[in-house]
Amino acid sequence: MIAFNRYYNKFNILSVSLVIISLLLLTFKGLNFGIDFKGGTLIELRSSDTKINVSSLRDNLSQMNLGDVSVKNFGNETDYLIKFENNENKNVIEEIKKNLDKSFGNNFNFRRVENVGPKVSAELLRSGVIAISVALFLMLVYIWIRFEWQFSLGAIVALFHDVIVTLGLFSLLGLEINLSIIAAVLTIVGYSMNDTVVIFDRVRENLRKYSDIKIFELTNISINETLSRTLITSITTLLALLSIFFFGGEVLKGFSLAMIFGVIFGTYSSIYIANTVLVRLNVSQKTVLREDKN
Amino acid sequence: MLYFSKLRIIFITLISVFFVIIASSNLFKFDNKLLNKKINLGLDLQGGSYLLLEINNDPVIEQKLQNLTVTIRNYFKDKNIKTTNFKLLDQTLFFTSDENSKQAILDEFKSEESRINPYYQRFKSHQLDIIEENNSFKVSYSKQGIINLKTSSQDQALEIVRRRIDEIGTNEPNILKRGNDRILVELPGLDDPMRIKSLLGKTANLTFRFVTNDTEDSFGAEKLLFEDGSEEAIVSKRIILSGDNLLDAQPRMNSETNETVVNFSLDRVGAKRFGKATSTGIGKRLAIVLDGKIISAPVIRDTIATGSGQISGGFTFQSATDLALLLRSGALPAPLNIIEERTVGPDLGQDSINAGMLALLIGFILVILFILVKYKIFGIITNIALLLNLLILVGVLTLFEATLTLPGIAGIILTVGMAVDANVLIFERIKEELKNEKNNLIAFDSGYTKSRTAILDANITTLLAAIILFFMGSGPIKGFSLTLGIGIFTTLFTVYFIARLLTVLYVSKNKEKQGLI
Repeated sequence: MIAFNRYYNKFNILSVSLVIISLLLLTFKGLNFGIDFKGGTLIELRSSDTKINVSSLRDNLSQMNLGDVSVKNFGNETDYLIKFENNENKNVIEEIKKNLDKSFGNNFNFRRVENVGPKVSAELLRSGVIAISVALFLMLVYIWIRFEWQFSLGAIVALFHDVIVTLGLFSLLGLEINLSIIAAVLTIVGYSMNDTVVIFDRVRENLRKYSDIKIFELTNISINETLSRTLITSITTLLALLSIFFFGGEVLKGFSLAMIFGVIFGTYSSIYIANTVLVRLNVSQKTVLREDKN
Repeated sequence: MLYFSKLRIIFITLISVFFVIIASSNLFKFDNKLLNKKINLGLDLQGGSYLLLEINNDPVIEQKLQNLTVTIRNYFKDKNIKTTNFKLLDQTLFFTSDENSKQAILDEFKSEESRINPYYQRFKSHQLDIIEENNSFKVSYSKQGIINLKTSSQDQALEIVRRRIDEIGTNEPNILKRGNDRILVELPGLDDPMRIKSLLGKTANLTFRFVTNDTEDSFGAEKLLFEDGSEEAIVSKRIILSGDNLLDAQPRMNSETNETVVNFSLDRVGAKRFGKATSTGIGKRLAIVLDGKIISAPVIRDTIATGSGQISGGFTFQSATDLALLLRSGALPAPLNIIEERTVGPDLGQDSINAGMLALLIGFILVILFILVKYKIFGIITNIALLLNLLILVGVLTLFEATLTLPGIAGIILTVGMAVDANVLIFERIKEELKNEKNNLIAFDSGYTKSRTAILDANITTLLAAIILFFMGSGPIKGFSLTLGIGIFTTLFTVYFIARLLTVLYVSKNKEKQGLI
């Protein structure tokens, strides 16, 4: 049996600091919102001319009065991602096409064009925030129906921890937040909950079985009993996600990365956050028996 | 938990076979109508354009209030009620009256039988709100009035958008209302939406009006620019003909001038008016105005009584074709703005399909190998269930002809990764039970029973997340929530019926064997 409970305090301190650092990052550095949430135009280009590079493209586009233009390689050498702030000019794509053809010859394939107006991006951001809030709320309701309040609190704390730290990591690394990241965050919410609930189920079962074991020991027993399941499921899920990350193409990179972070944090938090809340609230057999009577 | 009746086994087999056959119809062609279904590919996979259009209703509201000004003035004049100082500002109509007429005006506006202010019985609301203060009135659209106006302009705009898109002839366009002032257009397989965008961006409000030098024209006059921006002309506000009078418009080559023109023909009313205007206006210039810009302003040389004519204006064949198309499909009730556009080229779509399929294949193989190494014979059982899970999931998507997107493929891969969870929960539980229980059958039975709540809890949480995503998400993300959500049901089916059935068959043949799992 691994003595997970020996490190409860240390990891609690670590998690609290991670959450604080994440919140500071989110407040002061903020998130790198993509055009879905900030508005603007995105163009994915493929050039058939190897002489063209990022800086020549950037020089060319910067003469077009598009405001702040970002040009990056995307996936491979000949693919580029161009982004700029929202532009009132309706025919901007057409003009860029003409301008590039004039300067570099007809060597470009416009693989993807996205244009999100300021009104739509504000709505998308709002509905994203609502979706995550509703998800957190529904999880809270579900766990509150299924478990005693101490358990609900533990699960929710773990959930917030996972979401905040994942977003904090995105802020730290400057990774882009777009619609698919919202989907990833929601799936993380589901996954984190799922992982916590399985361990809690066992904690509750053990609480009913043993009256003489303190919660500090009991959580440790439960974690160990469910450990191989926790690890196997995390590993298979991570195998699937790593496969998406490496082979699923550029579009799914951010999504799978967020999910990979989320699964790792979710696994960690169900062991070290959710359970320590039970320990700190001094949950005992009485807690579950009282509920059973009702 | 270990007993399966014959009937149930047959039932499970039939369901599995049914969905596997349905799934295979994506690869083969079946003559049977039920079987010949295919998963729809989302715009991100097959390539195409997604456009969200917003109707700008402000000009409509202003126009309606402008018309209302005339109506109100005439209406009260007939009733000998004095109204003066009409002014239109910020979508509100202002006017004044005197102390004696005040109540009569208010009564007229607030009566349920009002002829100038329709009352919507169903919504218990008038079209217009009126506020009176010191004998001056403020009239504006009521909340319900605005909603009605928006709904009706959305209906009209939808119709016109549909006509314009149909005229271009793209594959299976999807044109839907969104809210009460938006229209969603999905154009699969279209890799260059430039032309459609420019066609949808035009209101196509066509008018024929005389050019006048006289700014004191009784109908008023305005200075308008020519299309090419070269000159401008003063044009009367009196409308001789409008686009509504057109029956048809076609691009033609004028053999005399060797110029591309647009030929049009008019309805009866239009032909009569056109004939009258051309007979009285010989020598004058008739401006053809489209969306506030003059296309051309030819001099009238002859009376045109045939009800057909020709517009020239230095067109290319493409621009003449587009103008004819716009005129045929009619004017939009209000300008449309494209507020969101997402276009994916067909080769990126194909790349995404390839990448998604590769990721699915590799993810699937990795998970299968891991489970095989971990659980040996039960790994084989889990993997058979996993493979069937995948096939049934694809079968369900095919049966409903659901739309598969790239995030949707990610949802399938994620389902593969998470689906083994339920079997893992069961097998780990059985292992624990076997520590205290020597009888394989009893241990397996209690393993299944005791793991049930955890499995249910674990799946419900994921399902909740998927449901929220389905209702909040758009397009591609909806595809993700769909596969993730359906995946939960197919997972539970394969775990509790297929994997369990195989487990039962194996265990009942090896009742006495030690260290079974």
